[in-house]
Amino acid sequence: MIDKRVVGAAAAVADIPDGATVMIGGFGEAGSPIELIHALIDQGAKQLTVVSNNTGSGEVGLAALLKAGRVRKVVCSFPRTANSTVFPDLYRRGEVELELVPQGTLAERIRAGGAGIPAFFTPTAVGTPLAQGKEHRFFGETECVLEFGIRADFTLIKGRRADTHGNVVYHRTARNFAPPMATAAGITVVQVAEVVDAGQLDAESIVTPGIFVDRIVHVPSPQQESALIAAGARYP
Amino acid sequence: MRPPSTDTPAAIGWSRDDIARRLAQDIPHGSYVNLGIGIPELVARFVPEGRTLIYHTENGLLGMGPSPAVGAGDPELINAGKRQVTMMPGAAFFDQATSFAMIRGGHLDLSVLGALQVSQAGDLANWSTGEADAIPAVGGAMDLVAGVRRVFVLTQHCTKEGEMKLVGECTYPLTGRAVVDRVYTDLAVVDITPDGFRVVELAPGVDFGFVQERTGATLLPPTTRAAAV
Repeated sequence: MIDKRVVGAAAAVADIPDGATVMIGGFGEAGSPIELIHALIDQGAKQLTVVSNNTGSGEVGLAALLKAGRVRKVVCSFPRTANSTVFPDLYRRGEVELELVPQGTLAERIRAGGAGIPAFFTPTAVGTPLAQGKEHRFFGETECVLEFGIRADFTLIKGRRADTHGNVVYHRTARNFAPPMATAAGITVVQVAEVVDAGQLDAESIVTPGIFVDRIVHVPSPQQESALIAAGARYP
Repeated sequence: MRPPSTDTPAAIGWSRDDIARRLAQDIPHGSYVNLGIGIPELVARFVPEGRTLIYHTENGLLGMGPSPAVGAGDPELINAGKRQVTMMPGAAFFDQATSFAMIRGGHLDLSVLGALQVSQAGDLANWSTGEADAIPAVGGAMDLVAGVRRVFVLTQHCTKEGEMKLVGECTYPLTGRAVVDRVYTDLAVVDITPDGFRVVELAPGVDFGFVQERTGATLLPPTTRAAAV
């Protein structure tokens, strides 16, 4: 019988080594796998490269991982939030490297990485500082820039519900980067609020097929970043 | 459902709401539209009676509705500005790769964005002032201008400090090159043409010379043809 459940977030992230590349799902707080990130902080891996759309809020979740000094480099489209100084402070002190990527290029680089496509051309960012130093080529009248697929050692994402085979469905706009990230890592870990037996999800409605998922962690009542921040929480 | 307007009448030309109202007139019924964060979001309030637009938000929702009632929101139902929104009947959720396939694949009809500067060639700068200690952040702006069929800019004609925003050449880092189709400001509606800026319409009480003095490149006067576009 196939059962991808792992007991506890700590066990699910225990083998992430120093220097690993880790994709972390979420757009702002929507879809951020806070319990998995906090387990990664507890675990202690450092010199990480984090691929994520943002850099977190307050001093919980992704911002707390940065604050703990575990991240060497961030690959990201929007590392700015109204209520966090963690990333800006580290960046200005030169303690974290930033690779800024247009959001659609980031999504496509992850998708390409997961689909075995090493690189692709796109017109996005041509004529801007983000295309400087990259290979350019015309397709007809359209000038394009070469962008490379991204693969990670681990992906950490949040779903709404999974079955024991690792098929996943999501909640509203919390889906965001999770499906492409699930495809692009050596080990994909999904935290979900509900786990059901294989056969209990509607096969027509599955968003991430189980082949992309290695470990499922049951987190029945996931914390919400904005609620933690409103309560003045910090992690650890 | 919507907060009361904080708009104040403009001393000269159109107010912020007026600009949004004017822009909304130019969006056909049934268009798939992405409204940028901030002032461009105002456009949704002024869609003429009888037209339905379908709003795309790049974090993964087509069929976005207005803000929820107080206490009725879902922190995982948000827009690209990370504010809570609602969904309309017929809405759909999708992942980021699919969302940007809509944008980059030319499936969206219109993108409405703010601007720091627009050049007479249609170059747009709207993501960075290039200051050394600023944290660079781009989000989906470069994808939107590269992929969406038409790009409208909604902006004040000059900054609060009186600096021109419609210029010969952008001095800030670009978001995209030759990407803007039309600019809506407090003073005028201006098309980007192969010959440069062409005024389509002047705000009430504003004359051509007044706008030219506040524009960093030659303005072409309205033509009957341009006004009809």
